[in-house]
Amino acid sequence: MSKQINVALIGNPNTGKTSVFNALTGLNQKVGNYPGITVEKKEGICKLPRGVKAHIIDLPGTYSLNASSLDENVVIELLLNKNDKDFPDVAVVVTDVENLKRNLLLFTQIKDLEIPTILAINMSDRMKYKGISLDIDYLEKQLETKIALISTRKSKGIDNLKELITNYKELSKKPCMNASLIDESYFNNLRKAFPNQLLYKLWLVITQDVNFGKTDRKTFDKVEDFKTKSKTDLKRLQQKETIKRYQFINDALKKGQTIDLNSAKDLRIKLDRVLTHKVWGYLIFGIILLTIFQAIYDWSSIPMDFIDSSFAALSEWVKNTLPEGAFTNLLAEGIISGLGGIVIFIPQIAFLFLFIAILEESGYMSRVVFLMDRIMRRFGLSGKSVVPLISGTACAIPAIMATRNIESWKERLITILVTPFTTCSARLPVYLIIISLVIPEGRILGLSYQALTLMLLYLIGFGAAVGSAWILNKILKIKSKTFFVVEMPNYKLPMFKNVALTVLEKTKSFVFGAGKIILAISIVLWFLASYGPGDNFNNAESIITQQYATENLSEDELQQKIASHKLEHSFIGIAGHAIEPAIRPLGYDWKIGIAIVSSFAAREVFVGTLATIYSVGSDEEETIKNRMAGEVNPILGGPLFNFASGISLLLFYAFAMQCMSTLAIVKRETNSWKWPMYQLVIMSAFAYIVALIAFQVLK
Amino acid sequence: MTLAELKRGQRGIILDVSSIHIPLKLLEMGCLPGNFVELVQVAPFADPMYLNINGSHLAIRKETAIHIKIETTNE
Repeated sequence: MSKQINVALIGNPNTGKTSVFNALTGLNQKVGNYPGITVEKKEGICKLPRGVKAHIIDLPGTYSLNASSLDENVVIELLLNKNDKDFPDVAVVVTDVENLKRNLLLFTQIKDLEIPTILAINMSDRMKYKGISLDIDYLEKQLETKIALISTRKSKGIDNLKELITNYKELSKKPCMNASLIDESYFNNLRKAFPNQLLYKLWLVITQDVNFGKTDRKTFDKVEDFKTKSKTDLKRLQQKETIKRYQFINDALKKGQTIDLNSAKDLRIKLDRVLTHKVWGYLIFGIILLTIFQAIYDWSSIPMDFIDSSFAALSEWVKNTLPEGAFTNLLAEGIISGLGGIVIFIPQIAFLFLFIAILEESGYMSRVVFLMDRIMRRFGLSGKSVVPLISGTACAIPAIMATRNIESWKERLITILVTPFTTCSARLPVYLIIISLVIPEGRILGLSYQALTLMLLYLIGFGAAVGSAWILNKILKIKSKTFFVVEMPNYKLPMFKNVALTVLEKTKSFVFGAGKIILAISIVLWFLASYGPGDNFNNAESIITQQYATENLSEDELQQKIASHKLEHSFIGIAGHAIEPAIRPLGYDWKIGIAIVSSFAAREVFVGTLATIYSVGSDEEETIKNRMAGEVNPILGGPLFNFASGISLLLFYAFAMQCMSTLAIVKRETNSWKWPMYQLVIMSAFAYIVALIAFQVLK
Repeated sequence: MTLAELKRGQRGIILDVSSIHIPLKLLEMGCLPGNFVELVQVAPFADPMYLNINGSHLAIRKETAIHIKIETTNE
């Protein structure tokens, strides 16, 4: 077996690092987590010339090795730990040709760790447009590296980069800057105390607030003298280091890079004049949101109808083809119905992820942060909270992780606490099916009532998030420094490959993640609904036959009566009846009650659960929607899902905290069970009260 | 004067940054004495400010901008 080369991709955010990763690995990539933390770990395999293989790891984007977040810590921890199995043989620092000066800061830091480093200058297709020319030979000499001039957009230079990776052993390990220039006497003392260690590495360990390999920390604890510098002093030295690095970079670029401003064109200025405008900016943002919701609704209805009827047909086919028995019933009624409840929402979820990916890739999301900061601050949030709140419409879990770049702890905590109010894709199945049952079809100004209802529900979610943030801001007494720095990247046409891979990856993990839970719950529910204790369940046939002996019922009607009698006296029926008093004032029957209880594990279980419950014992295989439409309210008569109970359910799902994974992630990010428990109790109680009022007023 | 007083479209040179009040990240993005700064766009109430500092485009809040001393250049 030939040895694999470990390659680490490092770079500032917005340099196209992930495009380089996609260009190198294609579909040979997987996304996981770093052990013990929720930072995404992307790795892949790349075939290099002459049969060599490279293991590529795409490290989180960072502006420097001075970490200020969990994601950035990952980069430093890896680069300082030679024993890590992912420790790079070669680092590829990805830079944007338009921001070379700033991007090189990180490059010089990596070089000073004496790791073989390749400088990949991306977006080279923009050079002519921007009037930039580079003296590659000169820069390679000054920066002690090899340069790959690439353009992932035009697929240029990738082969050259692969060639450089293959020949990584020829790279110089010479540092760019003598670290001891920062403070000579201090660094001389360091050198005496740790003669075998790299000075810059020691300096990083001293200045970072992160946990490094235990050995490093302990060695410092033994030598007390080196901790005497105060935090302010250290920060001053870091500032000095930054200035020194920029001096070095400026010197290198003075001769190595020329920019002809006359031939430079700037689309950014023109676009930003409109997109960040005081009036037009907000108007355009509103139109974009409206378009997205209308599109999600309109575009996905055809594939969804197709999936719904296909699963119904599949279930019927299984029942008719396989020999009769418990296993066939489990397969047809439990598993296929349950899975159908999740597969049906793939089109909508994929569209949602698609739009979010486009907003992020194009650079527009940063403009939204800029536009919204002042408004969000009134509610104790940051402009950066907009990103979690918008991506929370896909899933609260990545959204809560996306709060990590909010600098102030108070703003971040509030964002974490209120993000679950935004309508995540798991609520979508519930909303869609209920909307289609209780909201009439029809259009106003080209927008369908149903799409508008959906949009309204999203707005209610945002409103609840912002409103509760305002309250939390008044209640929480946390003092924390507020910093706000956000990069405004260049506008870019989103690259198809990047967007497609993101949508594929996210949809896949949603379907498999949720699918596992739904499958398990469907099976459990099927058993609970198919078996029951006592005579009432076991002798259902004789009881019903006797009861209706005098009424001339057809065979079909009799079977129906038996089936529903059985369901009522099954384990699940008994449990459902037990909680019915609590939910009847909301307009729900015991079947909905079961669905609500099981969806505290994950909201999307709701539809699957109802599908499973309704299909148990029914002979004809119908679509989920038709089955729900046929349900009759046992007390009030009329359809069970009418306007009042439908609105009540929608509101319940809009506010209730029903997702175990979100609670787990909140626990992890806030480091305490206190916050997730508050979320669970307060949100759910609020949901109950609102749903109660809605039903009582509307019925 | 401070950066907070810069008008839209105006340019200046950074004279001093108060390192206690300024996050290191901002310095790393080029907010250092001697570098130029231009106010590209302001949000309502002139906050936050969308700047071009030394070729880097970024937005910061007014409360941070008051800790950066600048001098306008005549252009």
